Amino acid sequence: MALTVNVVSADQQVWSGEATTVIARTTEGEIGILPGHEPLLAILAGGEVRITQTGGRRFTANAEEGFISVQNDTVTVVARAAELVS
Amino acid sequence: MGAQLRVYRQKIRSAQTTKKITRAMELISASRIQKAQQRVAASTPYARAVTQAVSAVAAYSNVEHPLTTEKAKVERAAVVIFASDRGLAGAFSASAIKEAEELTTLLRGQGKQVVHYLVGRKAVGYFSFRKRDYARSWTGSTDQPVFATAKEIGDELVSAFEREAAEGGVDEIHIVYNRFVSMVTQTPEVVRLLPLEVVEGVEPPGEHEVLPLYEFEPDPDAVLDALLPVYIESRIYNAMLQSAASEHAARQKAMKSASDNADTLIRDYTRLANNARQSEITQQISEIVGGADALALAK
Repeated sequence: MALTVNVVSADQQVWSGEATTVIARTTEGEIGILPGHEPLLAILAGGEVRITQTGGRRFTANAEEGFISVQNDTVTVVARAAELVS
Repeated sequence: MGAQLRVYRQKIRSAQTTKKITRAMELISASRIQKAQQRVAASTPYARAVTQAVSAVAAYSNVEHPLTTEKAKVERAAVVIFASDRGLAGAFSASAIKEAEELTTLLRGQGKQVVHYLVGRKAVGYFSFRKRDYARSWTGSTDQPVFATAKEIGDELVSAFEREAAEGGVDEIHIVYNRFVSMVTQTPEVVRLLPLEVVEGVEPPGEHEVLPLYEFEPDPDAVLDALLPVYIESRIYNAMLQSAASEHAARQKAMKSASDNADTLIRDYTRLANNARQSEITQQISEIVGGADALALAK
């Protein structure tokens, strides 16, 4: 089972694909999301979101002033100016 | 050359010059529609994600947030009109303004004061020509909207919504824009932005249904606080993009019919000019023949 991850910015879909883990920093602290996570809606504090793809490749997305939502193993990272860092 | 013929030739030349302009505008618009449509499509995932998130908070939590609850007494309502900066786009601006006027009459009928926010020079022109007041206007980028403008409009609206009506705030926000249906159809649309009306994609839970355990961080109130400006911005940005695509489509259609009309005019005047030239020649011939006859008789 894998997570379906979408990273979206105001004017385009930045990235979309399957991942095993998503780590983000919300206003409450760091949160790691694995498949089967309960529905969640959180405000991101730091812009950094770390995503591990199904193949094991890792990369970081920058999502300043954004939020993250989880529902039915679908993770959506939304920010006005979301972008992939590496 | 006869006077009549000269007039016809002048008219043909004038129609030809006009046709060059309208043809060029038609081609420019045609090439921009595609780009505008792509931008609408590209912004859709964001709009969808934001809408779903807002709907989730609104449906799956019991927060009483000022942005989602209707006030008992609505004193002032804001109407945002999205028109175009330039004309020559058929009924594009007129239809948005007309729709807004109908809405204004409706709201006034309900005893509400109406405050207008205008986007596009045509809307501003309409209001200043009639010496009517408007709260604020944005011009200069209706054919290629940028997100920064949407953010500015959003900030202004949210801050007006948060003020009390007595201090110049508003209790309701409506937007009027042209929705891009297809290349030939663009329909003016009215949407109430605030208090929140549209809950898309999420069914409101039934009375005895168990809510899925949604976790909000830090808490539903704070999440809604942070989400709503984003939601407003994204709706406004979407309206601006839709409106831009509609503007190009409307202009292309208007300019196409203008070019076609110019063609008809040129054809008609060419016929008339030929007619005039021919009758001139006929007259000259009959004058010569008549003259020659008269000379022959005089001999």
